[in-house]
Amino acid sequence: KLQLLSLNIMDGQPSLLLTCLHICPLPGVGCSSVQQKIYVQLNKTFPCVRLLNATHQIGCQSSVSGDTGVLHVLETETDLDWVLSSGPNPPYVVLMVAEHFNRSTMMKLKGSARVAGVAVVISKAGPAQGFSPHHSCPNQNSGVYSDSYGPELAGCNVTVWNPLGNSLSYEDFRFPIFSLHEGEEADVIRKCFLDHNRGVNGSDPAYPLCAMQLASHMYAVKDTATCMRRNDIQSRFSISPEFVCDALADYNVWSSLKPLNNSGKGHLDGESVVIAATRLDSRSFFWNEAPGGESAVGGFVTLLAAAQALRAVVEDHPPSQNILFTFFQGETFDYIGSSRMVYDMENGKFVIDLDNIHSLVEIGQVALHRNGQLWLHSDPVSRRNSSVRSELISNMKSTALNLSLSVAEPDVSQPLPPSSFQRFLRARPIPGVVLTDHMSAFSNRYYESLYDDAEYLNVSYPSGLSPEEQLEYVTDTAKTLAEVATLVARSLYKQAGGLDDHLSSINADPKIVTQMLYGFLVQSNNSWFRSLVSPDIVKNLVSAILFPASGPQPPQYYVGVPTSGDPVKMPTWLVQYVLANFTGTLRNLTQTQCKNPEDLEGESKDLYSYFWVQGPVPPNSTQGEGYCVRAPVRLVKAHSPAFELHQYSSRDYSTWTESRWKQIQARIFLVASRDLEMLTLGVGVAVLLVSLVVTYFINSKADLLFSSSRETTSTAY
Amino acid sequence: MPVAVFFGCAFIAFGPALALFVFTIAREPLRVIILIAGAFFWLLSLLLSSLVWFIAVKASNPENVSLQKGLLIFGAVFSVVLQEVFRFAYYRLLRKANEGLAAISEENLSPISVQQMAYVAGLGFGIMSGAFSMINILSDSLGPGTVGIYGDSQYYFITSAFMTMAMTLLHTFWGVVFFDGCEKRRWWVIAAVAALHLLVSGLSFLNPSYEGSLPPAYVIMVLMAAWAFFSSGGSLQTLTQVWMCESPFLSILLYSGTTPILHKCQGVAILWN
Repeated sequence: KLQLLSLNIMDGQPSLLLTCLHICPLPGVGCSSVQQKIYVQLNKTFPCVRLLNATHQIGCQSSVSGDTGVLHVLETETDLDWVLSSGPNPPYVVLMVAEHFNRSTMMKLKGSARVAGVAVVISKAGPAQGFSPHHSCPNQNSGVYSDSYGPELAGCNVTVWNPLGNSLSYEDFRFPIFSLHEGEEADVIRKCFLDHNRGVNGSDPAYPLCAMQLASHMYAVKDTATCMRRNDIQSRFSISPEFVCDALADYNVWSSLKPLNNSGKGHLDGESVVIAATRLDSRSFFWNEAPGGESAVGGFVTLLAAAQALRAVVEDHPPSQNILFTFFQGETFDYIGSSRMVYDMENGKFVIDLDNIHSLVEIGQVALHRNGQLWLHSDPVSRRNSSVRSELISNMKSTALNLSLSVAEPDVSQPLPPSSFQRFLRARPIPGVVLTDHMSAFSNRYYESLYDDAEYLNVSYPSGLSPEEQLEYVTDTAKTLAEVATLVARSLYKQAGGLDDHLSSINADPKIVTQMLYGFLVQSNNSWFRSLVSPDIVKNLVSAILFPASGPQPPQYYVGVPTSGDPVKMPTWLVQYVLANFTGTLRNLTQTQCKNPEDLEGESKDLYSYFWVQGPVPPNSTQGEGYCVRAPVRLVKAHSPAFELHQYSSRDYSTWTESRWKQIQARIFLVASRDLEMLTLGVGVAVLLVSLVVTYFINSKADLLFSSSRETTSTAY
Repeated sequence: MPVAVFFGCAFIAFGPALALFVFTIAREPLRVIILIAGAFFWLLSLLLSSLVWFIAVKASNPENVSLQKGLLIFGAVFSVVLQEVFRFAYYRLLRKANEGLAAISEENLSPISVQQMAYVAGLGFGIMSGAFSMINILSDSLGPGTVGIYGDSQYYFITSAFMTMAMTLLHTFWGVVFFDGCEKRRWWVIAAVAALHLLVSGLSFLNPSYEGSLPPAYVIMVLMAAWAFFSSGGSLQTLTQVWMCESPFLSILLYSGTTPILHKCQGVAILWN
């Protein structure tokens, strides 16, 4: 910086610095570079990255330094023609609004060598007809149905669960694709296009043209086996190994009604457990953009609320059986979390094993039910002669009668929808049901897409409410989800052997549901969440907000890869702490005791986890009181067994990995015409040649030219 | 093809300096040493003025735009003055070194004249200042973008290159004239050099209206070239002699049978042999 500054003062181009004085907030500190006169960095962008599995690579790739193309805004069919054939300045980077981001357009662009990249401007609301870049039959090869198990049901033969799915997320693009939200940056790009790339009166646009560079160079190629082999070579032979890919992994959250001894693994004699499961993750076409409203949040908020509702009765009237709440991570990617838990149960590495499971209730997508109509899906293959299952269904149906909900079973021959339960069925014919809001195809029109957000779930607030008021405002969605949570809680209680007398005192609180919906879908950095989590996570919550200026930020539910700075994903932390606060008890311990309660009487780290929680912050203070919560809530690895077993081409377990990348960058700038560039080169060569000739000539005649000097110098000494 | 811009600008900015170095400096080790030492002296002046500038910017209020602009102008003036001070310091050093060189040589004659030293030292100053003003721009000229998205001129790179070339040559000429002024104890010459340096630096404040800064800089450069030529022993007479005898026109003149000119040239040749 020092040298650059002074160069500008001296003889270079003070104009640069002068102009900078007006643009930059800190003149002379961060803006003396010529770069800032050339490039407009786009910071609020999200790339599509490369993922790999046993057989394929999907996602996007750019060259090492990024792909550059002349910007063209796609608005009509003619724009598409311009990009694909008629435009005179290929390659092009296409800027499109989300409506054009569909399979047919993208496949046309994919097939053209004239496309250097795509930038998609995401609008607030999704297309009315629906949009899902996911498969139409999610996780079809990792579920239970296969040639050996219900072959007539395999591959969505009976029901196509996600008919809107266009599989765009599973295409392999050779150019980078970035997303940006409607706003300032999108306007800057459009203005640059309008100013420079539109010819006058229909003529071809004249240079300089506005161009865009998108950089998202991915290190991994081909498939997981290839990239894991390269990782292996790196770790063996390189002093500073540079890995090319990482397995998608995070943590499952589980908790039990009665504490289970975490130090003992494997079968527990005499223990019979009802599992209540749901999933924690979602995805979209773009990296780490996964609001997952209906596909994840609706389900796990319901289960969290149910766990909270059960607390009122279980202390005085515990049911005869235990209930295990599990929240699976990475289910979107071939059931990472549930397959790992089943694997651990099979191999005696979990607190219980498969024989301990009495039955299973899974909460699927439940937030979009119409008139309180819910559906109980069960497996047509294993349901023959299962009394437990019919008991479970009749339990739920009868419970629903007291609520404003109705529960029904779909057609007998219909298979299970994509669900974690399928992974349990692969191991054992466990009786169980999946509770959803759809009879056959998903009611979610934006499955695993960017638009599956708060707005889609109708989590919206009257205008003029402050964040604190929004947090407390009970939305209609929260009311109906609380009903569902009550249904789940009561059915679980009954299923676990609880008495009917106490059912009426199990009620999910709509206020808690609305707070959770606000935190998980609208703004995770809110006072309620901050009061429930540890001080460290509060710091993360605040720093995780990338663009504080652009409004509230919900957490993203893409499972991702664990990093040293971020070993557990924020949603996992949040769910763990919320669950701990809902099911745990307050202990009168200091912060140090809370961290290490082993020596204290009546405390056990084997039975419980201890959480130091910040507590509510009083109005005129910055720090809460802090208290210790004891709860049987734990995290277990959601890391696909395929990586444990080194079976990178496994057909049984998820093999999804995420490529590492060099840098993610998007910027716009002008490109000069070829003529000007060649002119510069020509002038340069001419100057060089002329100076060589002139210097040679003058030097050879220097004696003659400077005759008098030679004489004077000769005499001078 | 931003590479074309890179090479074009590099040739424009450093072509003359390269030619001068190759034909007049590179063959003689003493000149190379003086050149590099000159470049080093310029660097020292840069270091000092950067330091002052840095402190000034850090100490001042960054929000105050007019103050910052004033600081910038102050920095430019200060830096120019400092460069001329270092040029003088370098002159003193070379003068001392020259005595030493003369003492150890066989004929008690220095192997290099003061005019030559002045030229080499000036070129050293010019090359280093050219490098510092151009290298960052050159690295950005590699693209992929070019200046202009904020409405700036798209000729930024090429004008910067021409400005750098002018500064390099100007430093060379200033060196010659400055040393001559010191040698003859004509202090107004030194003052004139410093004033012109200030003027040229000040001209770059007119950017980005390049028509305001580039042509005056080149006019000054041509004038300085003439001044340097005369101050280092050149004259109209020698110029016409060389032009007449060695220019490509010579052969044409010969064929046209103008014998008096031919005689004159021969006369010069005889005189020098």
